[in-house]
Amino acid sequence: MSNIILIIYCGLITFLTRFSMLALLKKEMFNNRIREVLSYVPSAIFPAIIFPAIFLDNSGIVQLENNPKILAAAIAMIIGILSRNIIATIISGLTSYWFLIFVV
Amino acid sequence: MNNKSKNFLKGIKDTSPLMIPVVPFGIIFGVLAIDLGLTPLTTIAMSVIIFGGASQIIFLQLFSAGASSLVILSSVGAVNSRHLLYGTVLSEHLSDLNLTWKIIVSYFLVDQAFAVSNNHFNKNKKDKDKHFHLIGGGLNCWTIWQVTTIIGIYLGSIIPEKLGLTFAIPLTFLALLVNDFRKLINVIVIIVSGTIATLGYQIIPFKAYVIVAASVGLLVAFILTKFIKKNYE
Repeated sequence: MSNIILIIYCGLITFLTRFSMLALLKKEMFNNRIREVLSYVPSAIFPAIIFPAIFLDNSGIVQLENNPKILAAAIAMIIGILSRNIIATIISGLTSYWFLIFVV
Repeated sequence: MNNKSKNFLKGIKDTSPLMIPVVPFGIIFGVLAIDLGLTPLTTIAMSVIIFGGASQIIFLQLFSAGASSLVILSSVGAVNSRHLLYGTVLSEHLSDLNLTWKIIVSYFLVDQAFAVSNNHFNKNKKDKDKHFHLIGGGLNCWTIWQVTTIIGIYLGSIIPEKLGLTFAIPLTFLALLVNDFRKLINVIVIIVSGTIATLGYQIIPFKAYVIVAASVGLLVAFILTKFIKKNYE
């Protein structure tokens, strides 16, 4: 398969995952119970991207020692809880990460 | 200013803080793609056709490892499976739109736009022009994504890998959860999902760890919300 054909297929599959539920489901299909559970979708999905990116090294193995990303993420989380501010959370995480790898 | 442009501009404004980490992400993508031998045109085509950071990075990772087209395709599908849940959540608000609008909204349905527009929709249930909020937010992401891809293509290998800019990716998603850290059920769901994804990363085939972890997390939410409600009733 040529690169561009593969990219088009990947684009198609990305689009279809975004489109399918929006096109198929109707408002009447949602009761309060389903709504309540669906409000947890961000809390269920984002950690599946966050945790591996923090705790795994480049080859996909859990790395708990000598891993500045853990402390930097913890600092970002505390700042996030206290400030509830998205920019403050990201900047505090990045600057503490740079501090840990370049200064400490 | 009419209601449509008001929603559109609010979408741009609401997604703007989330764009800061998208900038290094897009640049990193452009740099990586060129390093791996893709042409500038193919790289831009990827950002326009796929328009999904996680999908594009996974594509590059597997492409450079010499994975088959089928593995690349199914992995992109698995990483994208979270969009099925986004669509499910948003269809409650957007099921009355016609097909053309649904197609346009779907193209722009990226993580950042979903996060802020979902909040906006919950607060403005009655507004029939509320989808313009998502179009504004999505178009903001789109513009930043294309521009930073092009910057990345030009910067090539100038940016030192040592800077560890990929760390901005988990930080973005962490920042999207700031309102959930104080709620007990959310915290339990976050820990369950994150732990499964981390431990399952190597074991679960086809990079399907995202959807497996998210499904278990939702199941936990389903059980816990039932249990805790019963205590109150």
